[in-house]
Amino acid sequence: MITVENLSKVYDGTTVVDAVSMVIEKNTTTVIVGTSGSGKSTLLRMINRLVEPTGGRVLIEGRDTREEPAHLLRRRIGYAIQGHGLFPHRTVAENIGTVPQLLGWSAARIQARVEELLQVFQLDPKAYADAMPHELSGGQQQRVGVARALAAEPAVLLMDEPFGALDPIIRAKAQEDLLEIRRRFGTTIVLVTHDMDEAFHLGDRVAVMSGGRLLQYDRPARLLTQPADPFVARMTGMGDRAMRLLSLTTAGEAALPGRGSGPAVTASASLREALSELVWQGADSAQVVDADGTARGHLTLDAILRHGRPS
Amino acid sequence: MRPATLLRCAALALLVSFLLAPQRFAPLFAPLTQYGAPPIYDQGNLLSLALAHLGTVCLAAAASTLLAVTLGILVTRESGREFLPLSRTLVNIGQTFPPVAVLAVTVPLVGFGERPTLIALFAYGLLPIFENTIVGLQTCPPAVLEAASGMGMSARQRLFKVELPLAMPLILEGVRLSLVINVGTATIGSTVAAKGLGEVIIAGLLSNNTAFILQGGLVTGLMAILLYDGMAAFERRLLRSVRIE
Ligand SMILES: Nc1ncnc2c1ncn2[C@@H]1O[C@H](COP(=O)(O)OP(=O)(O)OP(=O)(O)O)[C@@H](O)[C@H]1O
Ligand SMILES: [Mg+2]
Repeated sequence: MITVENLSKVYDGTTVVDAVSMVIEKNTTTVIVGTSGSGKSTLLRMINRLVEPTGGRVLIEGRDTREEPAHLLRRRIGYAIQGHGLFPHRTVAENIGTVPQLLGWSAARIQARVEELLQVFQLDPKAYADAMPHELSGGQQQRVGVARALAAEPAVLLMDEPFGALDPIIRAKAQEDLLEIRRRFGTTIVLVTHDMDEAFHLGDRVAVMSGGRLLQYDRPARLLTQPADPFVARMTGMGDRAMRLLSLTTAGEAALPGRGSGPAVTASASLREALSELVWQGADSAQVVDADGTARGHLTLDAILRHGRPS
Repeated sequence: MRPATLLRCAALALLVSFLLAPQRFAPLFAPLTQYGAPPIYDQGNLLSLALAHLGTVCLAAAASTLLAVTLGILVTRESGREFLPLSRTLVNIGQTFPPVAVLAVTVPLVGFGERPTLIALFAYGLLPIFENTIVGLQTCPPAVLEAASGMGMSARQRLFKVELPLAMPLILEGVRLSLVINVGTATIGSTVAAKGLGEVIIAGLLSNNTAFILQGGLVTGLMAILLYDGMAAFERRLLRSVRIE
């Protein structure tokens, strides 16, 4: 658990982060959104003390982050940034092994961990462990950057626009990887992004910032149905908020009992996708099935639409 | 063998054979002498002069490198930033103050011989190393530096594990430039009785012996070229071993 208390940062008389307080639960993904210059990166970097706060404090598992030297604190917190920042003079394996090496792990343990991570990110260790960063594609470099951030099994992972430079397909893949990582390692993730779809897709909670202030910090659905501020509503998009809301519920969660008729929709698909399928097929009900084809229930057009309205 | 390599080997062979047995080249230099003057420098051993020359240059370069790199590191740290203009001015003076003038000023202080020459070369060689160190350190990609700190490297670890390796190509280039400039400059050391190839040139000037002048100049020039080349090859090897291309 990360507790941010009254955190502020002032640069030359300008307050760029203004008394932000928030509690980030263990094993959740929190996404920070906001316009450019709203203080997202500064807030994130105060958590691992790359930026020292002007006021307030950060507790991780109840311990004030100022209790230990900043560089030791950072070894326990994963950090991945846009443009990955891989060390150009070190191999992929050496890059990933950076923090374990700083922590004094044995060579064998580092190697085993590097191979495990390369496999998690679908990079064949034989082909890539000894490659130099410039020999990789942008998407591969980004994955190595995230692997490096995860190498020492940090309980907390901070990410600043980690997928900003990736094309949509690789980006979607990277997002799935991230969800998988959280399931697998139980990492608490705090991620900054400009992409609202990404925020809604990944975030258990979303923090909306503007002018250094935290306007709202809530579940994605609540940002849509009960925006705390007109800016939040603008930020989350008025035009397609019903669709956004639909995208937050899966067909499996919304399924009604009984087999029903019409096209088959997988339980993990979102209601947005289910609706799209119904529109496309000209049907008004669908069968909900598991990935292996077993029936899970059914959905009607009406039932879907109800989920797109604030209740 | 590539033509460049061939040329390099030929230059080295020429230099070595001339230094080991200069008398064999006497017929070549004889037309440049008048009234039966000796065609080959005969007031000292050319080989030992060349070695002394090289030794002086290398010693001065080592000292310049040590100071210039240390200074370059200090003034690119957060805490040393304010000293950058001052250091730059000092190092620039070292370069703009003519080495001959440095000799004139230092001889009364440290006496004749090697010492004033070393000081002059040391001051003269600082600038390229200092400037290249600064550029090398300042042009490290910001994302890489942020990542290094974000991973939990201390300032010292970041410097030695990331910044210096990335700046190394430029620093070495500065050292190479400094070395080569000073191979030529070191000839003036002979005016204050330092052992070196300047002796040969000065002897030629005093006795109006063009052959001597040419010999001194050629040996110095060949040494500079070979040193430049050798350093470049050494740099490539070193950089490959730390894998910066
Ligand atoms: N080191 C610094 N010195 C002075 N001002 C700074 C510094 N770092 C950031 N700022 C200012 O603080 C404000 C917030 O910056 P920050 O990087 O946190 O914004 P951001 O929300 O991450 O923006 P973006 O979406 O463009 O990345 C900006 O106005 C920026 O100019
Ligand atoms: Mg930012």
